[in-house]
Amino acid sequence: MADKGSVVRLPVVDGLGRTLRKDDWWVGPMVTFTVLTAFVVYTTVRMLEGTHYRWGPYLSPLASPYIETEDLGIPLLTPAILVLPFPGLFRFTCYYYRKAYYRSFGLLPPACAVGARRVGHYNGERKLLVFQNLHRYALYVALLFLVFLWHDFVASLRWDGELGMGLGSVVIFLNCAFLTLYTLSCHSFRHLVGGSVNSYSEAPFGRLRHALWAGVSRLNVNHMAFAWISLIVVALCDAYIRAVAVGAIRDVRLF
Amino acid sequence: MADASASTTEPVSTGAKYTLRIWRADAKVEGSGEFRDYEVETYPGMVVLDAIHEIQAKQAPDLAVRWNCKAGRCGSCSAEIDGKPKLLCMTRMSSFRPNEPIVVTPMKTWPLVKDLVTDVSHNYRVAKKIPPFTPRPRDADGHYRMQQEDIDRIQEFRKCIECFLCQDVCHVLRDHHEEAEFVGPRYLIHLATLDMHPLDTLDRRKMMKDELGLGYCNITRCCTEVCPEHIVITDNGIIPLKERVADEFYDPLRWLARKLFPRTKKRRLPVLPGIEPAPAARSAQAQQEEVEKEPAVPPAPTVARRTPA
Repeated sequence: MADKGSVVRLPVVDGLGRTLRKDDWWVGPMVTFTVLTAFVVYTTVRMLEGTHYRWGPYLSPLASPYIETEDLGIPLLTPAILVLPFPGLFRFTCYYYRKAYYRSFGLLPPACAVGARRVGHYNGERKLLVFQNLHRYALYVALLFLVFLWHDFVASLRWDGELGMGLGSVVIFLNCAFLTLYTLSCHSFRHLVGGSVNSYSEAPFGRLRHALWAGVSRLNVNHMAFAWISLIVVALCDAYIRAVAVGAIRDVRLF
Repeated sequence: MADASASTTEPVSTGAKYTLRIWRADAKVEGSGEFRDYEVETYPGMVVLDAIHEIQAKQAPDLAVRWNCKAGRCGSCSAEIDGKPKLLCMTRMSSFRPNEPIVVTPMKTWPLVKDLVTDVSHNYRVAKKIPPFTPRPRDADGHYRMQQEDIDRIQEFRKCIECFLCQDVCHVLRDHHEEAEFVGPRYLIHLATLDMHPLDTLDRRKMMKDELGLGYCNITRCCTEVCPEHIVITDNGIIPLKERVADEFYDPLRWLARKLFPRTKKRRLPVLPGIEPAPAARSAQAQQEEVEKEPAVPPAPTVARRTPA
């Protein structure tokens, strides 16, 4: 609006990166770009590698639930390829990650009060990106995946029928814990458990839904932190199991 | 005594000198617009608006700035300081380094009038497009009933002081100039206030989707970052609205559930004993008839009566 038909000069005009900000506004988007790119590259490589997802009682989160693909005889198909699209879609449509990649990849805008990338006609999430509204369906699948992951943790404590615990179980537990916090702090989950209610005092199960909504809201404040921590822990968990599986390191048996 | 009174009227200088680099322009003067430097001496507690008043008083009496309360309550003195949208009255001079000029510019998104004053009237025209609060009829004793838990959420949004910093920083308005299609974050939280209100009866979701441009928001959270009232605009206002619109238009399972299990009427809160009917109370039936006969604002084509949640 500011530079349309105006005869007066303006201190800052439209254009990518144009700003009067003096701080290092580009650091945030650059770190986001780097970490997300690194994660996508790592998981893609692991997805195509097609092996070293299991060692002993441990199962990598990248291939959980484990579906054997060798017998299917489909070239390039790996257990991780069958699994990763689901958590991938959950993260891609996540309200936090949308902010992160719209800023760091889309440059729409790269940072607050910094000129956005000019596009022919900006449509936001109205046209091509309207599918982001399906985030709730990705959530339903993510909730199901949590069941598989916690099952994997319990299974990791079983060594030849005996109860035991290795460092891998600790890593898997941390992965389950942070993925649970990330999933349960989701905005769509917050809406699902009670956010859609207008009058808690009048709605069926209103008090319960208000309590659930308030609980999820408290988690939701830290959704960004859970998103990043769980992302990194997933990669570390897989890297640990792979390293043990290829013999690069030895698993530490705790008991 | 004289010394004491002097000390209350004349702030004590800290001795630190700052340079304010202020954008000077006049929309009536073609081609005008340049930065000018002014030096001010600071005192404890001085804010940028104080410094600008000092410049007005001693160096540039024609410097235009809009302000009113100087307490962060009126939302008048919105501008950009070192490129960041802020209230001039809530930004302390001590938060800057003295050796660098403090750059003060008008809000970028709105047409410039003079110096730091912009024309924000677009926002008031947008406000008129939104059908106002339309409550259900009062209970039989003339009262409305709701519980604190019902309105906890919207009380946060009522803190808005309409400084329009969120509108200024929103890239949909600031960079893409979609002001004809998109109402902006300030009005999205206003819509959230209405949509989440336990007494309101209008369903504005189709209007939000089709006419008010909710889909333009790509939730980059700049509005939340600049809000001087610390309203969590994106997470508590805009995202819940997106979810509510998704309930209605983008969720096939919800659509099926609505068809199979039509919603029942709301359970009304019981009339508490000992509450006298309000003097101007009319019967619920009479009010309902009145509302149906002549609504407070004729609903736009995309606004429907809300079914109970």
